[in-house]
Amino acid sequence: MNPADPSPLWIRGARVLDPASGRDEAKGDVFVRDGVFVERLTAAEQAKARVQDGKGLVVAPGFVDLNCRLGEPGRTARETVRTGTRAAAAGGFTTVVTMPDSLPAADNVGTIQLLREICARDAAVRVLPTGTLTKGHEGKALAPIGSLKKAGVVAVTDATSGVQNNEIMRRALEYAAMFDLVVLDHCQDSSMTEGGQMHEGAWSLRLGLRGLPRTAEEIVASSDCLLAELTKARIHLQHLSSAGSAEIVRRAKARGLPVTAEVSGLHLLLADSALKDYDTRLKLNPPLREEADRAALVAALVDGTLDAVCSDHSPCTATEKDCEFDQAPFGAASLETTFSAAYEAVVLSGAADLALLVARLTAGPAKALGLAAGTLRVGAAADLVLLDPKAKWIPSAKTLFSKSGNNPLAGRALTGRAVATFVGGHQVHGA
Amino acid sequence: MAKQDTWTKKDLTGIEELTRAEIELLFRQADRFLPALAPGKGLDLMKGRTVVNLFLEPSTRTRTAFEISAKKLGAEVVSINTTASSLVKGETLRDTALNIRAMGVDAIVMRHSSAGAARYLGEVLDISVVNAGDGAHEHPTQALLDAFTLRQRFGKVAGLKVTILGDILFSRVARSNILCLSKLGAEVTLAGPATLVPAALKEAFPQVRLAHDLKSALRDCDAVMLLRIQHERQTTTHFPSLGEYTSQFGLNAERASWLKPKAIVMHPGPINRGVEVESEVADGPRSVILEQVRNGVAVRMAVLHLCTKALSR
Repeated sequence: MNPADPSPLWIRGARVLDPASGRDEAKGDVFVRDGVFVERLTAAEQAKARVQDGKGLVVAPGFVDLNCRLGEPGRTARETVRTGTRAAAAGGFTTVVTMPDSLPAADNVGTIQLLREICARDAAVRVLPTGTLTKGHEGKALAPIGSLKKAGVVAVTDATSGVQNNEIMRRALEYAAMFDLVVLDHCQDSSMTEGGQMHEGAWSLRLGLRGLPRTAEEIVASSDCLLAELTKARIHLQHLSSAGSAEIVRRAKARGLPVTAEVSGLHLLLADSALKDYDTRLKLNPPLREEADRAALVAALVDGTLDAVCSDHSPCTATEKDCEFDQAPFGAASLETTFSAAYEAVVLSGAADLALLVARLTAGPAKALGLAAGTLRVGAAADLVLLDPKAKWIPSAKTLFSKSGNNPLAGRALTGRAVATFVGGHQVHGA
Repeated sequence: MAKQDTWTKKDLTGIEELTRAEIELLFRQADRFLPALAPGKGLDLMKGRTVVNLFLEPSTRTRTAFEISAKKLGAEVVSINTTASSLVKGETLRDTALNIRAMGVDAIVMRHSSAGAARYLGEVLDISVVNAGDGAHEHPTQALLDAFTLRQRFGKVAGLKVTILGDILFSRVARSNILCLSKLGAEVTLAGPATLVPAALKEAFPQVRLAHDLKSALRDCDAVMLLRIQHERQTTTHFPSLGEYTSQFGLNAERASWLKPKAIVMHPGPINRGVEVESEVADGPRSVILEQVRNGVAVRMAVLHLCTKALSR
C-alpha cells in the first residue's frame, strides 16, 4: 500500500451516497485529510487540496469484494497481486478478500505471511486474505484456524472444493467462531456434480454437456443453515446461483439464523442460454442458471436476502480457456466489470436504485465479515470511488488491467464505471 | 419449400446449423452417389485432395465409412486415432489441428469426446471440418444417413412416426436424430428408463413425446431406432444392470410384434446382441441395419463433396 498523499483531498459537487451512514445527497462534498474522511477542510487546506470535480458523478465508499483470486502465490501466469489489485481499483474496489486455493494453498501461516509480504510490496488496494477451513482444502482435517487468524486471515473457507462432510463443517463452525471468524462456504454437493460443466437444464441437454443441478447447491445451502442454527456460528454462503438457494437464505434469515450470502455480478446479469455457443469464458462454478433464477437473485439482492455483490474474480489465461468446453477451467475474470454488470442487472433494469446497489457493494459485504470498511463516515479510512453512472464503455483484453484473458464481458457494451478510486486518500485509479 | 441448389457451408458440425432445404439438397447429392457404391465404381471428384480422419475416441464403423467415402471420391485419406495422436502428449486441439492444416489438408473429419469440439475446430480452421461425433452433443452424419434410409424406405420422412429407444441422455445420435427428424417433419418419441429419458428433455426439445412404457412407444411408430447401451455406464447410477435393462426395454420378437406390420427397426451400431436387441429382430425382415451402413457411405460422400466444394468456391 502506498502512503497516503500528504495533501488534503476535496471531492466537490458530486452526488454523495453512503448507505452505511444513510447519507444520500444530490450534491455534496467529501473531504479527506491524512488518509481519513473529515467533516471539512480549513480554508488554508482547501487552497492546497487536490480537488476532484464531482459534477455528474457519484461519490461512494470504495467497494468491498468478498470473493476473488489474485493469482499469488503460484498462479502468476493467470494474475498477480500487482495486476489484480489494479483491476480491482479500476472496478471501484478498495478492499478485496482473496480465496485461499492458491498454490500452495493458504492453509498455513507461511503462505499467509508470503501473501501479505507480496501485497505490502505490490497491492494497489487493501487485500484481506482468507485461510482454508481444512488442510489443503481437502475436507478431511481442520486447518490451524487459530494460527491463521493470528497471521491475519479475515475468514476461513475451502473455496470451490466446498465442505462435503457435515461433521467437519459443524466442528469448523464451532472452532472458527471461537476466533470470531466467519466461515465462507461454496455450497455444492460434489456427489451430484461429477463431470458437470454447466447448469443442468434444457440447455445442458441440448448442448450435450453434463449438468450441475440446482439441487446440489440447495442441499448444502440448507445444511449450512441448519448447522448455523445448531452452532450459532456465523456462516456466509458464497456466490449463490439459484432461486431455491435465495429462498432458503430468506427463510433462514426470517428465523433469525446468523447467515449471510452473496451473488456475483455475472449471475445477476446472465443466464445459461448465454452458453449456447460453448463460450468457455462463461463456464462458471456455480454455473449460470436459468432466467427465472437470475431474476430471483436480483429480487433477493433488492429485498436484502442477499447481502453482497461479489466479483468472484477467477482469472485464467486466454490459452487455458482456448480449448474444448469440458477441458476448460471454471471461472471468469470480473473485478473490472462487476459494477457495470450489476448496474445493468439491478439499476438499469429498474429493479432498484443506485443507492441500493452501492449498499450491496459496500456496507453489505463489510458487515457480513465485520470489516471496518465500506463507509464515508468521518474518521473512517478514506477509501472511495467516483462513479460515472452514464459512462458507456466496451471492455477489451487490451485495456483491462487484469493479466487474465477470461473476462466474458470483453467486447460487450456496458454502462456505468468507476472513473477514479482512492485508497486511504491516495489515488489508485483514474486521471 | 423452395429447393436449395447450392451448399455454402465449409463445415458440417451439427444438424442444428442445417435447414430443411440443406438436408434435402444433401440427400439429392447422396442419391447421385449411390451407384458409385458398387465395386469398381469410384469417382474422382476429390482427386488430389487430402482428408484427415482425426479420431480422438475409439471408432471402427464411422471411421471406416468416412475413409471409404473419401476414397470413393478419389481423395487421399490419413487416419489418426487416439493412441497415435500427439494430443496424449498434452498438445492442445488447436495446435494439433493447425499442424495438420499446415501440411496442406483439405478437410478434417473429427470424433472427439468433448461436446462442442467440432464447432470449436470449425472456428479455428479455414478448411472443412466434419463432425463424426462430439461428446454427447451431435453425430450429424449418423442422423443424416438414418433419415436418408427412412426416406428411401417410405418415400418421404415428413409425417412418419419415429421412436428412439434407449440411452437418450448420453447419446449424440439421439440429439442429432431429434433435430434432423423434426426438421424434416417427422414425429419423434423418446423412450427408455426415466433416468436416461429425463422429463427435462421435453424442455430441451418441446417437439418430442416422452414414453417410459415400451408398448405405447412401439405400437404406432413407423420406425424404431435402437441406441447402443454402453457397457461402460453399467456401473453408474442410471440403471441397475444390463440384465435389468434388457428385461424392461430390450427389443425381442414378442415386443417387435407390437409394431405396425410395415414398421422398421434401425440401429446405428455396433449392436449388443441380446442387450438392446435380440438377434432374431436384428437379423429379421424389419431390420434395415445394413442398409443404414451402406447409405452411410453415400451420405458421407455427399457431405465431404459439398463441404470441400463450398470451400473452393
